[in-house]
Amino acid sequence: MMDAIAHWFKWLSNQHGINYSVFFDNYDQTLFLKGLKTTIILSLACIALSILVGLIGAWLQGSRIRAARVGTAMFVQFFRNTPPLVQLAFFYYAVSALLPTVTDSFGAQTPLINNLGWAIISFSLFAGAFNIEIFRSGIEAVPSAMTEAAESLGYTRFQIYRIVVIPIAFRICLPSLGNNLVNLVKTTTLAYAIGVPELLYASAQIWSEAMNVREMMVLLLITYVALVAILVAVMQRWEKSLRVPGYVS
Amino acid sequence: MRPVQSSSLPVLLTPNRTARDPLPSLTAIIQSRLLFVSLLGTFFISCGISAAYSAAGAQPSLSILDVLLKWAPLVFGGFLFNIAVSIASMALGTASGLLLGLGQISPSRPISKTSWFLTQFFRNSPWLVLLFFAMFLLPFDLKIGSVTVPLPAWFKAIIGLALPVMANVAEIVRGGIKSIPLSQWESAESLAFSRRQILWQIILPQAFKRMIPPWMNLYAILTMATTLISVVGIQDSMTLTKAALVAEGRLDLYLPFYMMLLLMFFAYCYPIARLTQSLESRVAVKF
Repeated sequence: MMDAIAHWFKWLSNQHGINYSVFFDNYDQTLFLKGLKTTIILSLACIALSILVGLIGAWLQGSRIRAARVGTAMFVQFFRNTPPLVQLAFFYYAVSALLPTVTDSFGAQTPLINNLGWAIISFSLFAGAFNIEIFRSGIEAVPSAMTEAAESLGYTRFQIYRIVVIPIAFRICLPSLGNNLVNLVKTTTLAYAIGVPELLYASAQIWSEAMNVREMMVLLLITYVALVAILVAVMQRWEKSLRVPGYVS
Repeated sequence: MRPVQSSSLPVLLTPNRTARDPLPSLTAIIQSRLLFVSLLGTFFISCGISAAYSAAGAQPSLSILDVLLKWAPLVFGGFLFNIAVSIASMALGTASGLLLGLGQISPSRPISKTSWFLTQFFRNSPWLVLLFFAMFLLPFDLKIGSVTVPLPAWFKAIIGLALPVMANVAEIVRGGIKSIPLSQWESAESLAFSRRQILWQIILPQAFKRMIPPWMNLYAILTMATTLISVVGIQDSMTLTKAALVAEGRLDLYLPFYMMLLLMFFAYCYPIARLTQSLESRVAVKF
């Protein structure tokens, strides 16, 4: 099967000059698949971390301490209203320069966190800032009668948050969370700017060697649309499986 | 309030700034001022951290603030170029997006299907990839008859950024039109309005008000995305910041310089976000 596909694309390249080297050239294929893998790892790590940032931030925004609320508001507004690319550069060039270096296995000095690490941190904080607002609007949509009922049953604030508020709020804000995660996956292409070997970077390497910019562009766009489509499908399925029968929000 | 999400389509709108605040009250305004002050504070603290680091090493000739002030006009010039690009892309994207959005609700099936496909395709691909797409695949010059018009890189970048804007505007237009109750269409029809009249005289004027907040939101996102043009080799504020840092060659300058650039964008985008929020609560059409 794979042979037949490779054969067909080779024929396409030879006969019509439409060069999808990724399908028949072993080297290009490895490069592309590695890029795809990095993009997926980057996306999954950022999704997990940004949801964590969102949960912590939403918790802090409901806190009784004024400094915590103002601090979170500052964080959210700052990360939402500045370009993610500059944020990435800020972390990778500026903050990284202030951190100590470590000695690697070859005895050379390397930065404490590499470019992939900084990309994950930067995008997580960026998407996390959006998630905080999303979770907060979800939490505000939980009827106060429920929290009051839980309070009168002697639940602590943390218990109310964990057992009552979060499960309902999460269901309410799943659609907007999905939108934000889709944006996050698209944002991971920015890691190209600091040389993380993700999908766009790998494709740029391939097209500068094989001179097939047009073909690679089409493939790249299709791949990203497919990745996003998978994410959307997963989110919709998740939404469906989490639906509480009879509860209309 | 927010564009209506139909359940049949995988509607992938860019996250709307959620409508929550009513009109910005006095406390909100004070809080926002507090926000600005504390951000400026962070900026000076970052300068301080850098100064502390540099004090440990060799003594630099100029203080950090002096160097910042020396380069600030140049970086600000680059920032103004970013703004210019964002305005041009927004204009182009809005005009084409309006057509695409109206195409989506067209009664002709081929037109609506094609518009839907184009919208979904351009909305779900990364901005940077679309920018590369435009930079590499548009020709260097356009031949119109015997006249050859060169296509400079900045112009291609404007088109590249206008593509995702177009798709997002199309969704905003479609969402805005869909948010108008069907009864408006039906009552206009019963008054013998033609389809075009209904659209232009009844539906769009009402939908227009609701499209403004997400449209402004999109503009803020676009402004922030204009820094991407530095990746494809066009000189903007980001490129100039990097160049300035290379020219100075001092590690302690990195933090203040990038902070300055971030604050420039913040000072431009944050007021837009506040305005969007206050408009969102004000424009809700009552039926």
